[in-house]
Amino acid sequence: MMTVPSKLQSVNLNLWYGAFWALKGVSMAIRPQAITAIIGPSGCGKSTLLRCFNRMNDLTRSVRTDGQVLLDGQDIYASGYELTRLRKRVGMVFQRPNPFPLNVFDNVAYGPRVHGVRDRRTLERIVESSLKATALWEALQNRLDRPALALSAEQQQRLCISRLLAVEPEVLLMDEPCSALDPVATQHIEELMRELMQRYTIVIVTHNMQQAARISDETGFMLLGELVEFGTTKTIFTNPRDKRTEEYVTGRYG
Amino acid sequence: MLVAFSAVSALALITAFIFRAGLPIMMKVGLGDFIFSNEWRPTDASPSFGIFPMIMGSLAVTAGAMVIGVSLGLACAIVLTQFCHPRAVSVLKPAIELLAGIPSVVFGFIGVVILVPLIRQYLGGWGLSVLAASLVLGIMMLPTVTSITVDALQAVPRSYGDGSIALGATKWQTTHMVLLKAAGSGIMAAVILGMGRAIGETMAVIMVIGNWLDVPHSILDPARTLTSNIALEMGYSAGEHRQALFATGVVLFVIIMAVNTAALAFSRHHLRKAGMR
Ligand SMILES: Nc1ncnc2c1ncn2[C@@H]1O[C@H](COP(=O)(O)OP(=O)(O)OP(=O)(O)O)[C@@H](O)[C@H]1O
Ligand SMILES: [Mg+2]
Repeated sequence: MMTVPSKLQSVNLNLWYGAFWALKGVSMAIRPQAITAIIGPSGCGKSTLLRCFNRMNDLTRSVRTDGQVLLDGQDIYASGYELTRLRKRVGMVFQRPNPFPLNVFDNVAYGPRVHGVRDRRTLERIVESSLKATALWEALQNRLDRPALALSAEQQQRLCISRLLAVEPEVLLMDEPCSALDPVATQHIEELMRELMQRYTIVIVTHNMQQAARISDETGFMLLGELVEFGTTKTIFTNPRDKRTEEYVTGRYG
Repeated sequence: MLVAFSAVSALALITAFIFRAGLPIMMKVGLGDFIFSNEWRPTDASPSFGIFPMIMGSLAVTAGAMVIGVSLGLACAIVLTQFCHPRAVSVLKPAIELLAGIPSVVFGFIGVVILVPLIRQYLGGWGLSVLAASLVLGIMMLPTVTSITVDALQAVPRSYGDGSIALGATKWQTTHMVLLKAAGSGIMAAVILGMGRAIGETMAVIMVIGNWLDVPHSILDPARTLTSNIALEMGYSAGEHRQALFATGVVLFVIIMAVNTAALAFSRHHLRKAGMR
């Protein structure tokens, strides 16, 4: 187990929003074909860390980063690293489902089109397999021309995951993907994640400790920009080393 | 409520007045002849009233102005919202909006003094032309189109753009494949308002178009528009001539109504397709 090289790894990663130090020397190694959860109280920097993995923080003015993030051993913050290729390999699902104001087909076909697929047949095949992967095909195969914004919240979030799978990513970053969903939909998405885990490397940020405990293989606990503890989910929840982790997972913290 | 009512009734009164003054002569000349005849000789002993050249002049100038105004306006709005620092936008946008306050004679004057000689020198013809009028009108439309499009683009939820960038799209792909579509209804409103200004504008057009009474065959030809025809001749017209000018107004009115309705229907259709309503 220890010999598996990590898919994604941050090495002494620091990040500042202007003068505010939001990530403090975070080092974390993420295993391939597994689900890694990041937990911690609100404002501790979970989303910020996640957005370092596909360099979405670059879009925010006044952000400064130092340290390394290695994807398959290559530093994605090295100068000249191609961002569009990075984001194709490391995809992101957002907290609120954000399908484009286009129809279902065009939503899923968007990524492939952006990356140069023009052939209609190929696009149709990609759309079908991506919708099948999130169990949407049954429900939507005859409604591909329907506006995506007319779907239910759960279907919208599944569609966003399909849209992501369509570009054949290697890593899926999920920032509280269930927080806008009801418990039943949440359970469905969790089941979906367990299935996807066999083919993808998944990193999920969640507020919900039960969720982290249920679905993840490894868990990192963050506090005020620091990664306090990182280990197997079992260890973090039953036998944490750090006192602050213990206080948090037993619910005695914030 | 009262204000709305008086506005609507004023509009209704104006409409009724124009139609009452204009319709009889249209009937007399015959609708087909009035619209499709090339002869406009209102002051001859046996006068003829055909406004086809003016209709074509208006359409040509409006189309030209749309091409110029909309493409420049969209380009300005895209650069402002996507590639400028927010602080620069807060200075530049009001500056562009100020352009809208400049009286149209001034635009016409600049057109005559600068644009017309340039066209004459480098492209040939009189200079006074459909092209000159289109350029002047296009620039006059710019503030309206730019400012409304900027608002529309700024109203697009950030999550759309983020979603696109996170899929590995470039900024440019994101802008034209997602943001412009999401802002579609607002941009359509900008285009309609800009078009209204182009069709209705009179003064600046009179100054640069040459007011020639033939159907223009190239953008370098001079022409005359419906509005400039009315403005030029109303002062000395009487009798049937005056009625014919009102009839010209009727045609203008119908064209504007038709264009606006079509544009509205078009934007509704697009909204539905995008699932915005
Ligand atoms: N664009 C920004 N500019 C300045 N400060 C920011 C910005 N984004 C986040 N921060 C700050 O950085 C810290 C970490 O934010 P982040 O969103 O990563 O927290 P989080 O752990 O995801 O919180 P939550 O659980 O509420 O989503 C917070 O204190 C926040 O106020
Ligand atoms: Mg967050």
